[in-house]
This record gives sequence, C-alpha cells and structure tokens, in this order.
Amino acid sequence: MTSVLYDAQGPRAKRRNVLYTVVFLVALAALLWWVYKSLDDKGQLDWEKWKPFVGSEAWTTYILPGLKNTLIAAALSMVIALPLGAVFGIARLSDHAWIRVPAAVVVEFFRAIPVLILMIFGNALFAQYSNVTSDDRPLYAVVTGLVLYNASVLAEIVRAGILALPKGQTEAAHAIGLRKTQTMTSILLPQAVTAMLPAIVSQLVVIVKDTALGGAILTFPELLAAVSPMSSYYGANVIASFTVVAVIYVVLNFSLTSFASWLEQRLRRGKKSTGAVLAPAAVGGTESAGTVV
Amino acid sequence: MFDFLEGYDLLGAFWVTVQLTLLSAAGSLVWGTLLAAMRVGPVPLMRGFGTVYVNVVRNIPLTVIILFASLGLSQTLNINLGAQAFDTINFRLAVLGLVAYTSAFVCEAIRSGINTVPVGQAEAARALGLSFTQVLTLVVLPQAFRSVVGPLTNVLIALTKNTTVAAAIGVAEAALLMKKMIENEAELLLISAVFAFGFVCLTLPTGLILGWVGKKVAVKR
Repeated sequence: MTSVLYDAQGPRAKRRNVLYTVVFLVALAALLWWVYKSLDDKGQLDWEKWKPFVGSEAWTTYILPGLKNTLIAAALSMVIALPLGAVFGIARLSDHAWIRVPAAVVVEFFRAIPVLILMIFGNALFAQYSNVTSDDRPLYAVVTGLVLYNASVLAEIVRAGILALPKGQTEAAHAIGLRKTQTMTSILLPQAVTAMLPAIVSQLVVIVKDTALGGAILTFPELLAAVSPMSSYYGANVIASFTVVAVIYVVLNFSLTSFASWLEQRLRRGKKSTGAVLAPAAVGGTESAGTVV
Repeated sequence: MFDFLEGYDLLGAFWVTVQLTLLSAAGSLVWGTLLAAMRVGPVPLMRGFGTVYVNVVRNIPLTVIILFASLGLSQTLNINLGAQAFDTINFRLAVLGLVAYTSAFVCEAIRSGINTVPVGQAEAARALGLSFTQVLTLVVLPQAFRSVVGPLTNVLIALTKNTTVAAAIGVAEAALLMKKMIENEAELLLISAVFAFGFVCLTLPTGLILGWVGKKVAVKR
C-alpha cells in the first residue's frame, strides 16, 4: 500500500509500523476489555438478556412495528418533500425577483432551524388547530418537521443540480425556440434529476436518522422508541436492545449510502449524460444542508 | 405582547445551547482530526479502525447515541464522567455523544480537504526526507485546514442545530424550554417564532462570518 503522503516502506519503516500496530492493538484491546468488564459486572452480557432477540417475539412485538413506523415516516416525508423542494428550488432560479426572493427567504429560514424545533412546533400546531387524533399526531408532527426541513434542503439540491448542467443546454433550448417553462420541464429537469439522484438518496439517510427524534421527544412509536418498553419487558437488557436497534439503523443507512455512491459512480461513467453529477452530501447527518454543492 | 416570556430563563437556555456547541465543536475538531490522520496514515489497523468508526457512527441517529449515553452508559453502567449532580451528568453525556457523532463528519471534511492539497506538495515534502507525521502536520494539514473552513462551518452549523437533541435526555437547552413553554403557555406561534429567531441568530452569523474567514484564508491556486 503506497500513498502520496508516505514513502514505500523500507525495513525500518515496516518495523516501526509493526510497533505502531501492536501499540494500537494493545490500546484497542484494553478498551474492549474495559467495555467487556463493565458490561459483565452489570450482568449485561448474560444470555438471558440477549436471548429475546433470537426468538421471534421481540421482533414481532417491538422491533418490526417500530421499524415499520420509521420507514413510513421517512417515506412519507421524502414523497412530500421532494415535489415541494423541486418547486422551491426552481422558484429560486426564477427570473422574477418577487418569486426568487421569497423562495430564498423560506428556504434559508427552514434550513437554519433545528428539525426538533419544527417537530415540536408541528405537534403543538396539530394539537391546537386540527382534529387529528392524539394517536396520529406524533406521525403528523414528525412528518411536518421533516418535510419543512428537508424540502428546503432538497430545494438547494435541485437548484445545484440545475446549475450544474452545462450552459449550452439552456442556450440550445432557447435557440430552437423553447420557452423558459419548456426549457425547464423538458430539457433541464430531466437531466438534473439524474444528476441529483445520489444526493437525494443520501438525503433519505438523513431523514431516516431524524425520525428517531420523534421517538425520543414526541412519543412517535418508531424503532428507537421500541427500546425502553422492550428493555423493561425483557429485564433491563438496555445494552442489548440498544445494540440491536443501532445495528438495524447502521445496516439500513449503510445500504442507502452504498446505493447512493454506486449510483454516483454509475452516472459518472455513463456516456449519455452531460457528466454533471451531484455527489451525495459528503457530510451526512442532520448536517447535509449546504454541503451538497 | 411578550409577557409570556416572564418566568422563563430564555437566555439561560440558549447559553446552554452555546456551551454545548462550543465544547462539542472543540472536542470533535480534535478527535475528528485524529481520525482523519488515522485514515490517511500508513498503519493498516488504524486505517481500518478509522474507516469502521466513521461508517458506523455516521449511520446511527444522533438521538440513539445520546439516549444510549444516558440510559446505557449512565443509568446501566454507572459511567457518570466524574459528575454527581443529575444536570451535570446529562450535560457531559450530551457533549460526549455530540463529540462522538460530529467527529465522524469532521474527519470526512478534513479528509476531503487533504485531497485538495496538490500532490506535488506532499511529494516535495517527502523528497526533503520528512516522515509521514511531518508531511502531515507541517505541510499537508495546514493547507488542508485552510481549504475546509467552508465544510467545517457547515458541520458547526449542523452541530448547533443538533444540540437540541440533548433535550431527549433532559439537558435544559433551548428545545427543552420551548417544549415546556408550549405546554404551559397559549401563544404557540409567538413562542415558536422566538425560538426560531434564536436559532437563526446563532446559525446565520456563524455561516456569514466563517464564510468570510474561509474566503480570506483559502489557498489561492
């Protein structure tokens, strides 16, 4: 393995690297041993605490219904936020200042506010001004918060996607006599959508992660909210429950991330496209806003 | 019009938000830089550790990490980070969770910054006989940091917003106060506007100032 940052290794460097490896390994082993010890002291490694996850009951009663709600909220948010985001993204590119400026203000405003604040606001809004039942309210609130935030993030993705297209596309469209709307709908958008796909897929990761907020604060019965009833039912297996839930999140999000980068590479290789590809936001999490371009 | 604010420590809550942000930012900058150094370094085990850490942590919701810190670390394993009072414990756990989570993104930002440094810089440094640590700390990282001010600003803004997650374990920051106020007072729209304004005040200047700094320090190539 060579890199620009270090030379091909000679005998001394190899010996040094072995030494570093051993030291790091010892430190890592000490850490793992300490984790094991503290878990074992509290009896968190007892088979009794992990056994429920081998059987089906824990999955059908707690985990799968939670996962289902997580996925429902994420899918709903994405489906609603995408067209909204497209509208605002295109509005920000308008030639008319009275469309462009308000759209920019709305987008920047919702990007500057934490999703949690939007969710709490949505929850109270539905409680006071609508007749949504209290059972449905957390879902509505979570989806509202996620839509408001992610629509503005997606608006930026759409805008960047359209701006990333070569200028010749617009010029050629105008040259053959298309109007502005026609240029947008039949020339720019179709190409921009392919360029945006990786970024949109990785935004889905952000949405999935943010649904967990609803579970922690708004009693939305999603995957994370399944932990506390589950761990109290199976005798305080907090560590085991958290581990299982975290692994599910990692598997779900990691496959989405991998899918996004596969899409990105495929689009970059493709000969038919204009070569404009928006990388999935290098910085994910709630933070993808603004890292997209 | 704003009498509903009486009896609530609005500034105090936002001060906790600021404290959470600054402490976590400092912590994740250090740990994230170390992770980035591991990921580009010559020792395969460290590279592997860095990669696994970033890919695992990035894909877990911050809420899960912070709740785990409270329910798992503190309440199950009695790891209280040297604090006695309930408030202090939760505050420190929240900082720990935020650092663990944010450093994965800091690491990726810095790694992308390392990629913007021209190959010739590292080659020239190696030709002078500098070791990996010297190449990284004397030549590559100083240039990389100057080019990642923009991405790191985005991480910082996201971190500011992410501190609201600490409300999940009862840290008395802005989002928790907002929830309490909405439950007790009638002015839903006004309360929300006040808190939204507070966060806009925190995030917009950060973006503007650091954006200016980023342009100032960027290496002109």
